[in-house]
Amino acid sequence: MQHQPPHIPGQSVFKTAVSLTLPIAIGYVPVGMAYGVLAGRAGLSAVNVLLMSVLVYAGSAQLVAVGLFASGAALASIVATTFAVNLRHVLFAAAMSPLLGGWRKRELAAFAFELTDESFALHAARFGRGDRDKGLTLTINVLAQASWVGGTALGLLVGDVMGDGRAFALDFALPGMFLALLAGQLAGPSQVAAAVAGAGLSLGAAALGITGYGALAAGLAGAACGYGVEQWMTRKPA
Amino acid sequence: MDDAKACLTIVAMAGVTYLTRSAPLLALAGRTLAPWAIRLLAHVPAAVLAALVAPALLRPDGRFDIGLGNVVLWAGLAAFALALRTRGFFGPVALGMGIVAAARFFLG
Repeated sequence: MQHQPPHIPGQSVFKTAVSLTLPIAIGYVPVGMAYGVLAGRAGLSAVNVLLMSVLVYAGSAQLVAVGLFASGAALASIVATTFAVNLRHVLFAAAMSPLLGGWRKRELAAFAFELTDESFALHAARFGRGDRDKGLTLTINVLAQASWVGGTALGLLVGDVMGDGRAFALDFALPGMFLALLAGQLAGPSQVAAAVAGAGLSLGAAALGITGYGALAAGLAGAACGYGVEQWMTRKPA
Repeated sequence: MDDAKACLTIVAMAGVTYLTRSAPLLALAGRTLAPWAIRLLAHVPAAVLAALVAPALLRPDGRFDIGLGNVVLWAGLAAFALALRTRGFFGPVALGMGIVAAARFFLG
């Protein structure tokens, strides 16, 4: 088992964390700005806009929620949709848990608070090459979230200048994020089947005028389809 | 929605989000879910993401539109193709935003 040093000798943990977090921050700042602009326009107060980036810290769920806030959706609908959009984190956390053996409960609790798609990808790569330094891991998480909250604040500041943001294609930020996340999920025919079923059912629900929980129900039914396809493909010959 | 109710919603959002991130780490430490549950859960992200994005691309204004004027659809397909090739995240988002912004700037 090779264990590389967690950081370059002579370089502080903080500097190492900054250099490792930089690629994440380059992505988080502009999307955080898009969220800040759109959330401000949805009628949320500046405090609430920032609070969501501090407490929830989940880009795609936050952008979906902004759309729901703007349309006057019910509290329960917004919370249920947030849960569904973030359900994928269960898988990330489950995949991380064997790699975090020996961590105290409160350290795991702190790690879980800032577990995102991007931090998962970064830590999975780091842990895979033997770099499991706890301090560095948590510092990276804090810096990544700081860039997200900072981007949000910038978005609030420039929101008035940017108008509705359509000229800057801010309305593409959310579907763009979903498409990139989706591409990363499509490993194998059963995943493709789940996606096609989810998309088809969602479009069908939309055509029938079923909004709100329509996409959510379509997604869960699509997952069941994908699971069924996987079972069918791996069944033993009779 | 007033500020207090929005704040309450955000706190509840934070609660369910934290649940998805912490439950496997804290509650399931040392043991694992039933295999069928893991396999079912493994298909949730792709299905939910596709269910959320499909109407945004194909029904941008609340009705089906697969015409050339639906720039979000074509930018989305380009971004998706790049994401499938590179498995990157922000490259595809930036490409799509660039196409949408350019189309609106040059084509009105």
